[in-house]
Amino acid sequence: MADLAALTMPKLGLAMTEGQVASWHREEGDVIAAGEEIADIETPKITAAYESPAGGTLRRKVVAPGETVPVGALIGVLAEPAAEEAEIDAFIAEWQARFAASAAAEGPAAPEPERIETPFGPIQVLETGPADGKPLVLIHGFGGDLLTFFLLQPLLTERYRALALDLPGHGGSTKTLPGADPASLAAVVSAVMSARGMKPAHLLGHSLGGAIALALAEAEPERVSALTLVSPAGLGPEINGDYIAGFIAARRPRELTSLLATLFAGGQSLITREMIEGVLRYKRLDGVTAALTAIAAANMPEGRQAKSFRHLLADAARPVQIAWGRQDRIIPAMHAEGLPAHVRVSIFEDAGHMAHMEKAADLARLLES
Amino acid sequence: MAKKSFRQAINEALRQEMDRDPTVVLMGEDVAGGAGAPGEDDAWGGPLGVTKGLMPRFGRERVFDTPITESAFIGCAAGAAATGLRPVADLMFVDFMGVCFDQIFNQAAKFRYMFGGKAKTPLVIRTMYGAGFRAASQHSQCLYPIFTHIPGLKVVIPSSPYEAKGLMIQAIRDDDPVIFFEHKVMYDDEEEVPDEPYVIPFGEANFLRDGEDVTIVALGRMVKFAVQASDILEKEGIESTVLDPRTTSPLDIASILESVGETGRLVVVDEASPRCNMATDISAQVAEQAFDALKAPIRMVSPPHVPVPFSPSLEDEFLPSPEKIAASVRAVMEAPARRAAA
Repeated sequence: MADLAALTMPKLGLAMTEGQVASWHREEGDVIAAGEEIADIETPKITAAYESPAGGTLRRKVVAPGETVPVGALIGVLAEPAAEEAEIDAFIAEWQARFAASAAAEGPAAPEPERIETPFGPIQVLETGPADGKPLVLIHGFGGDLLTFFLLQPLLTERYRALALDLPGHGGSTKTLPGADPASLAAVVSAVMSARGMKPAHLLGHSLGGAIALALAEAEPERVSALTLVSPAGLGPEINGDYIAGFIAARRPRELTSLLATLFAGGQSLITREMIEGVLRYKRLDGVTAALTAIAAANMPEGRQAKSFRHLLADAARPVQIAWGRQDRIIPAMHAEGLPAHVRVSIFEDAGHMAHMEKAADLARLLES
Repeated sequence: MAKKSFRQAINEALRQEMDRDPTVVLMGEDVAGGAGAPGEDDAWGGPLGVTKGLMPRFGRERVFDTPITESAFIGCAAGAAATGLRPVADLMFVDFMGVCFDQIFNQAAKFRYMFGGKAKTPLVIRTMYGAGFRAASQHSQCLYPIFTHIPGLKVVIPSSPYEAKGLMIQAIRDDDPVIFFEHKVMYDDEEEVPDEPYVIPFGEANFLRDGEDVTIVALGRMVKFAVQASDILEKEGIESTVLDPRTTSPLDIASILESVGETGRLVVVDEASPRCNMATDISAQVAEQAFDALKAPIRMVSPPHVPVPFSPSLEDEFLPSPEKIAASVRAVMEAPARRAAA
């Protein structure tokens, strides 16, 4: 029997249960390389490219563009050119029968965020991975929430006990800030780590979350075993002040759509209605505008970053890696230049400000190595 | 996030605003119920249970049952609003406005303007509207066009539980009289509603679908029907934008004009009687301001100009439906292209 490989609907994020093949990039009969982007997958949350898990000839598209199927369902078949059509039909039939049987037996539910009480008020967290995994804390950026890691976090569950949190003023956490500077917000991260029994942890911070991770390393160095910084604030003065002001002011879906497009190298194609609606709903909550305004004023007054943590990276004892999209239009990737040699820098040429979403798999590999 | 019903969403909005602001009070017929009868306190919580649980929490000082005298308690609420409270009065069925309309349109609506801008009237009147409840002609009307006609009133018609909570909180915080329309068959509709308070500003339309062929404007319960119609039409290759203005006064005509500018076609769905309703108003404004953008005549989907029938089969036939909306959209799509203006 010829070598046949199943292409299946990927699980993009913790909560994804089904997805749509938005379009196929390749035709039946085309020779595909492993890792090649051969289709676009769309969910209400995101549109993402589907990388072929193997090489071979695309012999069959099982799912037509526009069709929605459950995660794990067969969407296409790779095979050698020599494989018989009947052989492929049989493979599909057997595969579908097996999938139907396994779908009937329900898998474990997706982990749910929970709210924990801290001295700073309720904080929403989402924990994944084994209890004895390496502790990892995921800190989002300005105007974001823990869902920003919905693609990355599920990729880390083998090795890490990963805890993502909503900062004060964000997501499902209290909208009352203990203070708007990185040190005040870092104190909240520290309190969450204490509440969860995470003594020293690897901190992964995105954007403002990077500056908060650095501030925690400065205030309580013993709590921070390693740092991964994705497009971090705190390494240089430049920042896109128009984006920050626009994000605070935006009320209509269209304004927000074009604004959020500046986050991604791919522009607007990655942005879904649900993403926009989610941000608008967040911004309508009592206290959010005041919190965002205070954070912007404290951290990036007049379109410049207020505080640099560059000096902290001189300490070679703690592993530090930095990931940045070359096409970042919020904080320029040049802030990753001129750092001490022990800092490992990874630049993604075709990513923007959201490498943890745009390059989730690559970033996960960096965390595994 | 928890799923909540339309009823729970409004109850939560009232409770959170009453927690936040001690001047917020509720009044109306049976908003608590059972006054003076042992063991019957809070028996009703409004005719359909929307205010249930609020009297035990806030006491009869802030949640008080009124006599069956709309003229008295709506007038009382207008006066209370002008003198420092933020009353939320329950007019029960909007069909009852006939006996208290002077208090609304000659008094509450005029205070800000006739007292030289020195008075504010933070009054909310909650009221049930709409057909489909087998409640016959005197309890099924959609009288929001009449309130929309009166300058000085704000008119809110939420289309889902999420919308209802945010719009109710805005209504209570607003310094002008607001008429808040609750469709009586939507109370058990459920969706995810945040636990925290939030506001949805008035005069900002919500886009529920984006499509380039045709714009469908719908209000209240009709929004869900319009979305269903949009999904039917999508399978036929017709891409529609569905737009919910949320409030008829103020009306986000700018968003409607912008959308019609892109699609060139407009269908307006309104459950109110077809003469002088929101469909005629929106159609007139678009015809006046965006005539050159139109590729086909505007279509309006409304019930016939008759009292709401009591017969269930006639009532069902009377109402707009997703199928009727889809049929109107198809008719607009098939209309011969209008010759472009020279």
